[in-house]
Amino acid sequence: MPAPAQRRIIFQHIDEPGYTNDLACYLRHGGYANLRQAVTRKPEELIDEVKKSGLRGRGGAGFPCGVKWDLVDRKSGKPIYLVVNADESEPGTFKDRYIIHQDPHQLIEGIMITCFANNVKQAYIYIRGEFPEGARILEKAIAEARAGGFVGPNILGTGYGCEIYVHRGAGAYICGEETGLIESLEGKRPYPRIKPPYFPAVLGLYQCPTIVNNVETLCHVKKIVEIGGEAYAKIGTPNNTGTRILCVSGHVQRPGYYEFEVGKVTLGELLNEVCGGPLPGRRFKAVIPGGSSAKVLRFGERFKGKRKIGNDLVDYDWGVEDVPMDFDCLAMIGSMGGSGGVIVMDDSVDIVAALANINEFYAHESCGQCTPCREGSLWMKKISARMVHGEARTEDGALLKSVADQIAGRTICAFGEACSWPTQSFLAKFGDEFKAYPESRKAAAAPAVPLA
Amino acid sequence: MNLKPETLARIDEVIPHYPSKRSATLPLLHLIQEDVGYIPQEAIEWVAARLELQPINVYEVVTFYPMFRQKPIGRRHVKVCRTLSCALLGAYRTCETFEREFGVRRGEVSADGEVTVDFVECLASCGTAPVVMIDDALHEKVDVARTQELSAQIRREAAARS
Amino acid sequence: MTSPAKTELVTVNIDGKEIAVPKGTNVIEAARLVGVDVPHYCYHPKLSVVGNCRMCLVEMGMPAVDPATKAPVMDPATGCQKINWIPRPQIGCATNASPGLHIRTQTPQIRDCREGVMEFLLINHPLDCPICDQAGECKLQEQSTGYGRGYSRFVEQKNVKPKRTQLGPRVTLDDERCILCSRCIRFSKEIAKDDVLGFIDRGSYSTLTCYPGRKLENNYSLNTVDICPVGALTSTDFRFKMRVWFLKQTNSLDTESSVGANTVVWSREGVIYRITPRRNDAVNDTWMADSGRLLYKAVRAESRLTAKDSLAALLARAETILRLSPGLAAVVGSGQSSVEEQFLTRQLAHALNAPAYLVSRTAEGDGILVSADRNPNVRGALVTGLVSDLPQPYLDDLGEAIDRGDVRTVVSVGEDLMAAGLSATQLAKISVIQLGTQVCASSVAASVVIPTLTVFEKAGTMINQQFRLQRFAKAVAGPVGAFDDLEVLARLIAAAGGPAEPSDLAGVWTRLAAEIPALRGLSYAAVPETGVVLDASPWASLPFVEGESLHHRPALVAASA
Repeated sequence: MPAPAQRRIIFQHIDEPGYTNDLACYLRHGGYANLRQAVTRKPEELIDEVKKSGLRGRGGAGFPCGVKWDLVDRKSGKPIYLVVNADESEPGTFKDRYIIHQDPHQLIEGIMITCFANNVKQAYIYIRGEFPEGARILEKAIAEARAGGFVGPNILGTGYGCEIYVHRGAGAYICGEETGLIESLEGKRPYPRIKPPYFPAVLGLYQCPTIVNNVETLCHVKKIVEIGGEAYAKIGTPNNTGTRILCVSGHVQRPGYYEFEVGKVTLGELLNEVCGGPLPGRRFKAVIPGGSSAKVLRFGERFKGKRKIGNDLVDYDWGVEDVPMDFDCLAMIGSMGGSGGVIVMDDSVDIVAALANINEFYAHESCGQCTPCREGSLWMKKISARMVHGEARTEDGALLKSVADQIAGRTICAFGEACSWPTQSFLAKFGDEFKAYPESRKAAAAPAVPLA
Repeated sequence: MNLKPETLARIDEVIPHYPSKRSATLPLLHLIQEDVGYIPQEAIEWVAARLELQPINVYEVVTFYPMFRQKPIGRRHVKVCRTLSCALLGAYRTCETFEREFGVRRGEVSADGEVTVDFVECLASCGTAPVVMIDDALHEKVDVARTQELSAQIRREAAARS
Repeated sequence: MTSPAKTELVTVNIDGKEIAVPKGTNVIEAARLVGVDVPHYCYHPKLSVVGNCRMCLVEMGMPAVDPATKAPVMDPATGCQKINWIPRPQIGCATNASPGLHIRTQTPQIRDCREGVMEFLLINHPLDCPICDQAGECKLQEQSTGYGRGYSRFVEQKNVKPKRTQLGPRVTLDDERCILCSRCIRFSKEIAKDDVLGFIDRGSYSTLTCYPGRKLENNYSLNTVDICPVGALTSTDFRFKMRVWFLKQTNSLDTESSVGANTVVWSREGVIYRITPRRNDAVNDTWMADSGRLLYKAVRAESRLTAKDSLAALLARAETILRLSPGLAAVVGSGQSSVEEQFLTRQLAHALNAPAYLVSRTAEGDGILVSADRNPNVRGALVTGLVSDLPQPYLDDLGEAIDRGDVRTVVSVGEDLMAAGLSATQLAKISVIQLGTQVCASSVAASVVIPTLTVFEKAGTMINQQFRLQRFAKAVAGPVGAFDDLEVLARLIAAAGGPAEPSDLAGVWTRLAAEIPALRGLSYAAVPETGVVLDASPWASLPFVEGESLHHRPALVAASA
């Protein structure tokens, strides 16, 4: 069976010849019609549409967007803020870059609909520091939208006003964590906050109720308002509605971004057909399906169990290639859909070196606030780097796993899981290679492609 | 602080974007670094005074974010992405090639003051790995051959300037 | 006066023990009440909660209710309400008591959590206890013994950080020992209002630092040493002087102002090595000023007064002087004397039929723990009836009386009469009987000098700005040639022809309880460690000089606010 066709609703115009990121082009393509329509409706209706749509956040956790909006404290009398998480940072993920660069007005329209629905008067787009061009594009687009009456004090003559400002980060993965991002936006070190009590929906930016949504998520909101929550919920699969942008990188013939209905494409179809399979003469060895913190899958392993389809419990027996790319199936097999970043490694890869590379990233990005993550992430980096560059010991694999086990579930924020899941899963899946490493490393020639 | 008038104008413009002045810390540091090239200690104190903070509040922030520098760097800043997707496609070799081309090691300024080469973490363009940012511009699929081309271009531009 | 808000009590269950605590009490404090230790580093009862050390992880559960009916869900096995335990461990410091909260601290998961945190805290720690000043009072030592695995699996290079940094005149920092709990940063920002400390860099390379060019030199800097749970911040003065386990602890008071911060005096074999704050939530919380920590230097000061003669000989000379000019004496009492001494000073004035004076000491208050009134016990002088009005800085009235020839003899109980405004000419006209601990102009000019004890060498009480009667105890013995103040005063009263007065604390307290309305029914032994607040209404209209401090709002300010 050939892979299903892509369904581009968010990336509809990405890479379209002649499509430019200015307002005129956007308007020619029907832009801001959804905002015009939204501001004539009751905000509660719009929130209802999003709830009906079943939209789950595209930033990494897959939390239902409508529920997130529902949790916002609307009785405090304090202003409600929207913070757009454009700090796309999970290695392997690069979807938001293209939305921002090529279709910024789609994002702005999604932001304004969300603001109107939630009575937000001030939105901030927190964009990662590594996107200076993206920040300029957004600022220009916001200025155009302001001039066009889509952003600012009196939107489309309704008397409703809402401002958007772009706020640039400066190279910190932890700012993707929503409370770290809020601290950063407040001008402090981006130390994630303890929850309880600091849930953004209640005590967020400036201790006011705050919604933090990912760039792609907000584009989906625009689409939901366009076609209605129920119609949107028919796209994709139950509980995994809409489309998903899958970013494929690493060892495939055609890396890139592909938008599919959620759950309609399997990992095998994605990698073998859509992305053209492994590089010449190579075989797939491992794949990380949801950004570098997601647990790694080893080609050849099988996943068995029962899953609910409709009202029935159905047996499944999948190889890696058979796994549908949706939140629930990936969670079922012990990994996650995360941010949609699929990183592929073929049989040329020294798996210990790959983990050393990942560990270096997380050790570099740990904010250092809480003990297990601060000390554990660097320790794991030191162990795996020593294995690659110095003296590897047969017991190092077990030690690595033990260190990771002392982090996950015990930290202030989800970075604890993000930094320990790679080690835990690499050891679970490739424990044999770690154990054999002291010998295999001596035997092997210098790696063709150094990773650490 | 001897900042350009346009920098000062942009600083004045950005502070009211926030209900709390402290929020303007990152924007001000970006503007100053774009103007001065780095964040001298004087700038930390200037920002603190401007935003009614203590200098330590700004210093804590400057040192947290790798994009802020407390020392001048080369006229051109070559940032090679080190993270997994880029590494899988040869980022370490790309970085080493840049180092060889300019006779520097990571984090150093070339003898002529022209180039600083750095390894950085994920630039979020993993599908076109390995990627390199030279100043604000992203360069995709920078293999060894492309690295040499880009290095040559940097040298040409330096020669043209002098 | 407003009555404190009534606190709602809630019942929580900690390791199977039920206890009622005020709603909102955090789990660390609630556990303390049932004798369960929840180890922690970053949590401090008087600072904001940050939850960064992760040492206080506990298992937390709530009684199960049916989501639809809200009816309790019972556990058939126990017959009790079922408890829904959260699978992830929670931090005790940020978990507040709510009705039915269940906590477990002794499970395998929690043991594993603590072992993990201990291991992490030690991997980059230098483990230099033998040369570390914190040894003996180090939470890292104590908790690695109590909750660690006892061995290390770390074979990598440790991080290198700055050593022996002088953060200011009194505090030394060793960054390699720092566990980044941020207590000192929070203290400086939240209590001392001197935001100079912070973390720079990130991750495991995060480093505590003082802003370059600034110093941690505020008058509260040594509190950072007190609250540092490890050996990162040490006192430059106390460093390497003495191992803490050799030191005896004595409860005392900070006598530098009317705040009366509670203190502990640390001594060994009659020598005092340091003074640290003692917690009193109604006075000083857990803090004290740096300046108050130096007061013990007076004990061994070069200017310390001692006598070669016996007390009997000195008193004989005093008696002779007092008899020379009957009816022409004056007594200068002190706001630095104890309540008991002030009472006997009053009795001395009565015996001599002499007026009693008091000298004020004022300076700017810092709004925290050093008040504008730099006498620790002016209220004692009021309560004992030694004086009936607030003191003045200078003894102008006494000076005029001397000039008129109405006063020929002055008994000064510890005050320097020249510093208090009497001129050399005036001093030359009178005979001075000087009590005191330090050489001063007045002692030089005195006819008789009777050396007495410092606050560290005797026991007694003082009444602070809140009219709180507080005790101090004797930490060390006085030097040879210095005499107990109460004995000196009692014998002076006798010399002056007054009635027999007791010269011991218990005896004086019998007199105080009988004579002084505000102290009726009290005894020295009955004063709690946190003090007792007296009825201040007789003095409510006096314009006391103090402004606000940590736990004091002046009555007049409070009324006008």
